[in-house]
Amino acid sequence: MSTDCEPWVTQATEVAPQLPIVVDEPVAQRFRVHRSAMTSPEIHRAEIERIFGKSWLYVGHESEIPEPGDFVRRPVGGRPIFMVRGVKTGNVNVFHNTCTHRGALVCRQDSGNSKVFQCFYHAWTFDSEGRLKGVPDRDAYAGGVNFDELGLKRVARVESYRGFVFASFDPGIVDLQTYLAGAKDYIDLVVDGCGGSVEMARGTNQYSFAANWKLLVENSFDGYHAESTHDTYFKYLVSIGTDLRGGVSGRAVDLGNGHAVIEYSSPWGRPVAKWEPLFGEDARAEIDRLRGDLVARHGEDRAHTMAEVNRNLLIYPNLIINDIMAVTVRTFYPPTPDAVDVTAWALAPSNELASLRHRRLDSFLTFLGPGGFATPDDIEALESCQQGFAGGGVEWNDISRGMGRSPMANDEEQMRVFWRRWQHQMGAAADLAGAR
Amino acid sequence: MTAVAARQQVSLRQQVEEFLYAEAALLDAWALDDWLLLFDEDAKYEVPCNDVPDADPARDLMLIDDNYVRLAARVDRLNSRRAHREYPHSRTNHQVFNVRVQDVSAEVLSVTASFTVWRFRAGRTSCYVGQYRYRLRRSDDGFRIGSKRAELDMTDLRSVADVAIIL
Repeated sequence: MSTDCEPWVTQATEVAPQLPIVVDEPVAQRFRVHRSAMTSPEIHRAEIERIFGKSWLYVGHESEIPEPGDFVRRPVGGRPIFMVRGVKTGNVNVFHNTCTHRGALVCRQDSGNSKVFQCFYHAWTFDSEGRLKGVPDRDAYAGGVNFDELGLKRVARVESYRGFVFASFDPGIVDLQTYLAGAKDYIDLVVDGCGGSVEMARGTNQYSFAANWKLLVENSFDGYHAESTHDTYFKYLVSIGTDLRGGVSGRAVDLGNGHAVIEYSSPWGRPVAKWEPLFGEDARAEIDRLRGDLVARHGEDRAHTMAEVNRNLLIYPNLIINDIMAVTVRTFYPPTPDAVDVTAWALAPSNELASLRHRRLDSFLTFLGPGGFATPDDIEALESCQQGFAGGGVEWNDISRGMGRSPMANDEEQMRVFWRRWQHQMGAAADLAGAR
Repeated sequence: MTAVAARQQVSLRQQVEEFLYAEAALLDAWALDDWLLLFDEDAKYEVPCNDVPDADPARDLMLIDDNYVRLAARVDRLNSRRAHREYPHSRTNHQVFNVRVQDVSAEVLSVTASFTVWRFRAGRTSCYVGQYRYRLRRSDDGFRIGSKRAELDMTDLRSVADVAIIL
């Protein structure tokens, strides 16, 4: 049952490993992860079952399917899934994308609107609530067709929080809000900072690269690498008049259940609501007004946190919400130990003023995304690490930074939070004796 | 179309093709400072996300939406040793086909062309396929680029990872 370090989760713990892959030595202030965690096919197989099969995984945002019959399809945890707003109920339905007859995909477009989903193979037809509505030539079934049993299969658990829809393949998992634990407050900060209602901008970043998925977890909230890896981005900011002197400073917070965040001040501007030269002189008044609204609604302290403080948030195991020079929502999945498929979106206030939306997207793609000034260099760094692992020789990664102090945003405590939960969930499947 | 007009169209297309081939050669030679000189100072360079090829940068998320200032910064970045994804540089081969000039008589020419950009680096091969949309202004020595937009035909970037090179 629950353990000391995971107070909110009540799932049974697997048998403990003899030689854990994650070695946490608080007294020696040393934290190490064996590199087989990133390279071993056995570990990867166990992750698919024990982590991706037993966590709440991000599916999409309710704003992507506002109208009855709106749908999006995408893989979740490596499995074909589609999410549709029911025409009858208005509910968000999340189905396994497979015909209950003999398996073909019933939703074959990435997005759209439809009242029915017909399998083209034998023309079995389902409605947006998943009910089987049509079977050609049904007289051929001696006992008749059991329409109730043959509806589309729902993913075992589906819940949403502030419009973020999650699913789990584990019917026994704790409810979503319990699972999210301290991460809930940070989702609130992001959504309330956007005026309480958010949507995804049109346009998706879908890219893949040759590194283990956990390296992207680490990288997505790694304050330590920003200055060294992203020198060219900071040079660009300076060239357009940004003052870098404040630097990047802040702290890391353990949010429970493997979730963690770094929160910090930064030299870059924020569309809500910190003006910087990137946004242009004429945006100054609008951004000041947005900040004023936040103060009126939430008070000066919380408004300051929303407006000036950046958040790189991990929702364990594979959802990143980074509220930085824009807000990106990023999820990913490992098809193999040394590859990761990433899908990312830009989150924005619903009904945002056109001028502000333009500047937000501009700010996003300057740093973020496959054509930005930073993300390609992160990809290079992570592929470079993966290549470094292949040689053997050095067996351990060191993730000890900041263990002796109250954790700063450029320390590695947030990564240790992830890794502790990972080792706990993997149990004996993350055992060096097996991985070597 | 009269024979004269048809000949004019062919001749203009050949001039445009020469210009696009010269641009491709500058990119393949990594002569990015010279390449930037082809652009007007109010020029745009755009690459939409794969799933929204008709994206409007004012409203939709793009992969790249550079005005001249950011395009110049992109060139600076790629010329430095700190653009880690492109240091050392990829070898590239920009191939331009199916060039069409929309309205021969216009002051600003709308040009479409197909492209294949091959990228080779560290033992890996990537291939970008799509359509260019140019707005070209006539100038004394040929053309100037008013805007260049590269719309990708690939459904996603899974096979190429990123767009760190200039398409």
